[in-house]
Amino acid sequence: MKNRRSVTFNHNPLLEKGLPVWRPRLVLLGLLACSLTLVGRAAWLQGFNNEFLQAEGKSRYSRVIPVPATRGRITDRNGDVLAVSTPVRSIWAIPSDARLSPADTRSLATLLEMDVPELNRRLDSERDFVYLKRQLAPEVARRIADLKLPGVHEHQEYRRYYPGGEVTAHMLGFTGVDDRGQEGIELAFDAQLKGMSGSRRVIRDRRGQIIEDVESIRPPRDGENVALAMDAKIQFLAYSALRHAMQTHKAKAGSVVVLDVRSGEVLALVNAPTFNPNNRSGLSGAQLRNRVLTDVFEPGSTMKPFIGALALEQRKVALDTIIDTNPGRMTIGRATISDVRRHGPLTVGGVIEKSSNIGTVKLAMHFTPDEMWQMFDELGFGTPLNLGFPGEASGRLRPARSWRPIEQATMAYGHGVSGSLIQMARAYLAFARDGELLPLSLTRVDAPPAPIRQVFSAETARQMREILERAAGPEGTAPKAQVAGFRVAGKTGTAHKLEGGRYTDRYISSFVGFAPASNPRIIVAVMIDEPTAGQHFGGAVAAPVFARIVEGTLRSMGVVPDAPVAPLHVAGKVEMPPVPKERM
Amino acid sequence: MIRADAFLISIAVASALGVVAAQHQARQIFSELEREQARARELEVEWGQLQLEQSTWAALARVELIARERLGLQEPQPGRIVIVEVPR
Repeated sequence: MKNRRSVTFNHNPLLEKGLPVWRPRLVLLGLLACSLTLVGRAAWLQGFNNEFLQAEGKSRYSRVIPVPATRGRITDRNGDVLAVSTPVRSIWAIPSDARLSPADTRSLATLLEMDVPELNRRLDSERDFVYLKRQLAPEVARRIADLKLPGVHEHQEYRRYYPGGEVTAHMLGFTGVDDRGQEGIELAFDAQLKGMSGSRRVIRDRRGQIIEDVESIRPPRDGENVALAMDAKIQFLAYSALRHAMQTHKAKAGSVVVLDVRSGEVLALVNAPTFNPNNRSGLSGAQLRNRVLTDVFEPGSTMKPFIGALALEQRKVALDTIIDTNPGRMTIGRATISDVRRHGPLTVGGVIEKSSNIGTVKLAMHFTPDEMWQMFDELGFGTPLNLGFPGEASGRLRPARSWRPIEQATMAYGHGVSGSLIQMARAYLAFARDGELLPLSLTRVDAPPAPIRQVFSAETARQMREILERAAGPEGTAPKAQVAGFRVAGKTGTAHKLEGGRYTDRYISSFVGFAPASNPRIIVAVMIDEPTAGQHFGGAVAAPVFARIVEGTLRSMGVVPDAPVAPLHVAGKVEMPPVPKERM
Repeated sequence: MIRADAFLISIAVASALGVVAAQHQARQIFSELEREQARARELEVEWGQLQLEQSTWAALARVELIARERLGLQEPQPGRIVIVEVPR
């Protein structure tokens, strides 16, 4: 036993035998290599290549959440809201996760206002993502969220509302479900209106509450508001006047545009037929078209004053030069043009007042095609106005070289040349503003813009204002354009419609004019397409619309009347002298 | 020596507690900020909805209808309007 005791571990005879020296060293080296590998790996993961683990770690507690931005509002010139976005919820589902009991399906279907079979059909879809319903009111969405259904989720979207409804529909256009502009101002000013949603990184606690804002990755930028030049009151006036005329004359379509003479702002722009931008199911192209800006038509007689003005401007004629329009017809080449009735000898003013085709053609014959082309070009025909509105029409003005004599003659009275209603209205700025043209603006402008160019001299413009005032008077073609308390000036147009290269017996009746004649403030252009209730002359169809709009607009603008009220009152608005039917 | 250590340790502990307190306060204030921002957004939304509602009630078509039919108002005859010019 004693002997045994003396054998300790350290003095184990087995060990004393002496192991080969390499064996412990090998083991030691092996262990060292292992730990070096671990240290190296740890250093690699934590020191050199640490992004992956850090990202993984962060993703356990930090979240990037979007910060929504709202689309800007559209207001009228006085700040009344015309278009505004409010948040709505869209409900979507992952069909494979959505295992709903029949009772759940029923209550969900009730909240979504859907049929149960329709809902089931969507939930049976093969896809990973289905919208159950888009753009739902927030309260309804909250009640759906309270059901806590598996696989049914919601996210926030915006829906655009247009309180003006169909009155402002064409001007504003609309946005799609993605809150991006698709038509009208919404499209034209999309860059300004649209908000840029931002995002930020936050740290959330276990309950999902945000406890720390780590960084703002992108701050949200709400869309800017756009203030239009439009005046909601004038717009409504124009809308109701146009709608009234459309019903009275059973017309196919119609347009009105009102311009501010001093600033070139578009105060109202209306088309018919129109649509309700808040409920756009079953829309037709005819309803959507913004005819004022995108449709061109041959204006007809509203073009005549420009020829008269050019003749006066270039001193081809004086105010008292007599132009013989007998015998009321005229042959150029193989074509014959005629007046609606015989007017006999007329002055320049008379030609325009009575709207004589022969007289206008005789005036136009003083010019070379180039001179006429240049005037049309300066007035802006054939060139888009570049208001930034989608689909703006430029109109058609063929190069002067290609004009045949008969074409030059017909262009003088507004056939063979075409423009949009707003181009026509702007061209009349030259008369209303002492010969200058202004750039137009759909948005409110703070200071009147610099004129583009001087088309006529101030003297010619003044003379034309007098002539146009008579043209809209009892002796002219449009006594129905008269307004109590204000002197008005303007010109009617009745053009045959061009279809497939031939003139038909369908008409476009128009009236372009301004008021008050002594110091013009507004230009109103009216176009009625295919009136079918018997009357089709501009003086009978379009002029009353003009009168209604001018009366209301000038009153709402607070313009001081420039005509004595009493005499007109005696004559009475109803008791206008009868208009001879056969007049252009 | 021991006193100095004790002093330094107590400072370190105090500062650590301070950090904890500050952190806690920061989080509280932040969640308050968060709530207020959410409220601001809600108010913004509500303002938009109220504006919408206002312009729906004040729609000219509706005003005209009520003025004409319920209140029996009419536009004055041209001869019955007196224009008063205010000198500025």
